[in-house]
Amino acid sequence: MTTWIFRRLIQAIFVVLAMTVIVFIGVNVIGDPVEILISPQADQAERARAVIALGLDRPLWEQYGRFLWNAVQGDLGKSFVFNEPALRLIAQRMPATMELAVTAVLLSIVLGIPLGLYAGLRPNSFAGRSIMAGSIFGFSLPSFWVGLMLIMVFAVQLGWLPSTGRGQTATLFGVQWSFLTRDGLAHMLMPALNLSLGNIALVLRLTRAGARENMPMDYVKFARAKGLSPVRVVFVHVMKNITIPIVTVIGLEFGSTVAFAVVTESVFAWPGMGKLIIDSINVLDRPVIVAYLMMIVFLFITINLLVDLLYTVLDPRVRLESRE
Amino acid sequence: MSHTLTVEGLATHFHTRAGVVKAVDGVSFHVDRGEVLGLVGESGSGKTVTGFSLIGLVEPPGRIAAGRILFHGQDITALPEEELRQLRGNRIAMIFQDPMMTLNPVLRIDTQMMETVHAHAKVSNAEARARSRDALGMVGIPSPEERLSAYPHQFSGGMRQRVAIAIALLHRPELIIADEPTTALDVTIQAQILAEVQKLAREHGTALIWITHDLSVVAGLADRIAVMYAGRIVETGAVVDVLDAPLHPYTAGLIGSVPSRNKRGTRLRQIPGMTPQLINLPAGCAFRTRCASATAECEADPPETFPAFGRAVRCFHQQAEAS
Amino acid sequence: MSTTAGIAREETPFRRFTSEFAESPLAVLGLVIVVIVAVLALAAPFITPQNPYDLAQLDIMDGRLAPGSKSMDGLVFWLGTDDQGRDMLSGIIYGLRISLGVGVGSAIIAGVIGSALGLAAAYFGGKVETAIMRLVDLQLSFPAILVALMILAVLGKGVLNVMLALVLVEWARYARTARGAALVERRREYIEAAECLALPRWRLLAFHLLPNCMPPLIVIGTIQIARAITLEATLSFLGLGVPITEPSLGLLIANGYQYMLSGKYWISFYPGIALLVTIIAINLVGDQLRDVLNPRLKR
Ligand SMILES: Nc1ncnc2c1ncn2[C@@H]1O[C@H](COP(=O)(O)OP(=O)(O)O)[C@@H](O)[C@H]1O
Ligand code: SF4
Ligand SMILES: [Mg+2]
Repeated sequence: MTTWIFRRLIQAIFVVLAMTVIVFIGVNVIGDPVEILISPQADQAERARAVIALGLDRPLWEQYGRFLWNAVQGDLGKSFVFNEPALRLIAQRMPATMELAVTAVLLSIVLGIPLGLYAGLRPNSFAGRSIMAGSIFGFSLPSFWVGLMLIMVFAVQLGWLPSTGRGQTATLFGVQWSFLTRDGLAHMLMPALNLSLGNIALVLRLTRAGARENMPMDYVKFARAKGLSPVRVVFVHVMKNITIPIVTVIGLEFGSTVAFAVVTESVFAWPGMGKLIIDSINVLDRPVIVAYLMMIVFLFITINLLVDLLYTVLDPRVRLESRE
Repeated sequence: MSHTLTVEGLATHFHTRAGVVKAVDGVSFHVDRGEVLGLVGESGSGKTVTGFSLIGLVEPPGRIAAGRILFHGQDITALPEEELRQLRGNRIAMIFQDPMMTLNPVLRIDTQMMETVHAHAKVSNAEARARSRDALGMVGIPSPEERLSAYPHQFSGGMRQRVAIAIALLHRPELIIADEPTTALDVTIQAQILAEVQKLAREHGTALIWITHDLSVVAGLADRIAVMYAGRIVETGAVVDVLDAPLHPYTAGLIGSVPSRNKRGTRLRQIPGMTPQLINLPAGCAFRTRCASATAECEADPPETFPAFGRAVRCFHQQAEAS
Repeated sequence: MSTTAGIAREETPFRRFTSEFAESPLAVLGLVIVVIVAVLALAAPFITPQNPYDLAQLDIMDGRLAPGSKSMDGLVFWLGTDDQGRDMLSGIIYGLRISLGVGVGSAIIAGVIGSALGLAAAYFGGKVETAIMRLVDLQLSFPAILVALMILAVLGKGVLNVMLALVLVEWARYARTARGAALVERRREYIEAAECLALPRWRLLAFHLLPNCMPPLIVIGTIQIARAITLEATLSFLGLGVPITEPSLGLLIANGYQYMLSGKYWISFYPGIALLVTIIAINLVGDQLRDVLNPRLKR
């Protein structure tokens, strides 16, 4: 088991390294590093000085080494706009994005599993078919448009929910969170729902497929033959089997959810790192962009690793095999 | 005195898009306390569906179309689902064919056993666990206490079937339906389990319906035998009587196809042809396409006749007594 | 399988294809909409009441008029106007032109590149295959939006960069599909026969393998066009896509966004509906194509 974890860790480190190479090439080979790393407002002399200071006159491999060395120390450059370390800027915005993404994932579980279970247990009922038809929209509707419609209906027409911002926040562990206040929660509801739409559809379909696959299995029939209540058969026996693939997929989708928060944050003016990256791209604040990309790649790889670990915890078959 | 179980004219049909599958079509039999009934027939003859019908586990598109199932004289086809549930696993238990599939792969054995205890008895967790452990011990699983916290995939097929049997025994049921529980196992393990179940059934006075396609299994185990073909029971009687002197051509064919010592050197006779499709089965004796004795008469449904005490046959041209 | 294909050939595959496609009325409706949208987009300069890109024709005084209002010179704005006094109907039709152009264009380019790489992977096998498929896996493990953001972040905004981003996002799916289909086809007799005839490899790939891998590629292609249009709209909405002077649907929606809060819904709403209808119609067609062209689902 430990050797297996160790192997996966080494693998993860290699992927991170590969991604740093890609980002480095993107910045230094495809793009013009002088333009990317030096403020566009700088004059000729300043530029020349910066080129030497940044080591841009050195061979590429040396530059990469320096980039990596700095990155390891958490130094990914300074924002032109805020004149602050890019990584710190990202880190400040990260809680807002994280709470949005986590809430979205929770929503997709809370809504997707019951709906999918219903559609799976009653595949031919009107409601079951409607749920499936509806899930197609979750996949194909452009999420920014759905966000606009949510605002139009619930904020503008009905006036039930606030349309933008994080609302009131409260401090926990020195970080501001919206989910701790009523007002913050009200602000978070629409963006979280919007962000979770695709995931709801995904979880729903997985759950339905799992239910349809598992219900005819012998073990379900045997559980019923033991005299268990239908509730226990479905929610313990069947669910336990469905949960494993769902957890895996949700885990893997978490990275995408964080990435897609870019869109939702823009629609709802949610001050997370997605909003920051769009603003940064618009003003060409490239150190922030690089920091964001490295951050999200790192996040992705960490999540994949965690999901793999979780998978072995959840599924006794995998767990015992890997132990041997 | 009423039988433990009496089945009268049971018909279970599946309404599929292609047509109505009459998987069970007018089946009658009974079992008594401490008795073993062998339900024999080729694969696809409706044995499993019969078993599921008895515990009310026929699922759509199937349903019980006709007949009565009397458990201690009470018709359980009319029972509401909750009362049926209280019978299942408690007073009537079932063991399935494929032990690799019957246990939930992601739940521990103790979970799967204790939940069965809790489903029918208000007892503490400790008590439920103790009962589960005892049941495991009873079916010959070594160090049951440790095995309780294992997962199904840590057991061999034979051991898993023992666990399933232990689960069936948890509430000392009055009736056990065993659906080919040894078919998927090695011959030696098959023999052990047969002996084990027979002993337990005798000790507890349980009525046992043993479903199999293998006459030789039934020969050593059952008291009486019911031969099923295409959803109907074509012959019943005491095991010795039926095996010594089969009256139905199909039974005779089955016996002829079993290898045995005293027939060594002679050719095994296979029954020609295949089990018929149960969809849109034409009227008349379903066996007539494969039957050597068939005549024009057989295009009508053969009536049930009772040629001797405790025997029943459905055939126009019963085999000569001394075949 | 080979027998059904044989029978199919006799009753002309195209007829059979059209009749099977027509089995779903929804898909037919989708196809009709797709055709209408395509015609509108192609014929935009001839049918729109106004050229929305010609600033001379726009009058700021006509800005933000509600649907049905008339302009100073008597033109009726059926779907209202945007903040620049641009007729929304004309804007939407021109926007469709750009959205479809970018979506279809990038889907085709990605399709050509991806299929070529996928076929090459299947055909050559070995190291080539490993290298290509590793790249595909890496690409697909990152969400499209992130890849697009990376590219636009490095290269900057603009239509061409958006198309490049779309191509880079999309090629992998084609490659995977093409390889899968080609691996199946490769084992068929006709390829072996062609190999025996010692045809040059590229001819074998282009004239024998590719045509037989087309059905799944067409299915993927349809769905990918819808995805590309969505992604382009999203990027434009974020302000990273097409320039403001030639707005696509996504940008039209973004422009109207700020006025929506004050109740002037039409500036965002109608372009959104146009986008939605287009995407759903393409998806309906794609779903039915998948059912008809996928031999595994055939009865
Ligand atoms: N869910 C079902 N739907 C349709 N037909 C079924 C279903 N279950 C069983 N059958 C049909 O019922 C017949 C008897 O099946 P079964 O009782 O399993 O046979 P046996 O156990 O004797 O091998 C078979 O022809 C089978 O096709
Ligand atoms: S009724 Fe006729 S066909 Fe049927 S078993 Fe008897 S002899 Fe054969
Ligand atoms: Mg069976």
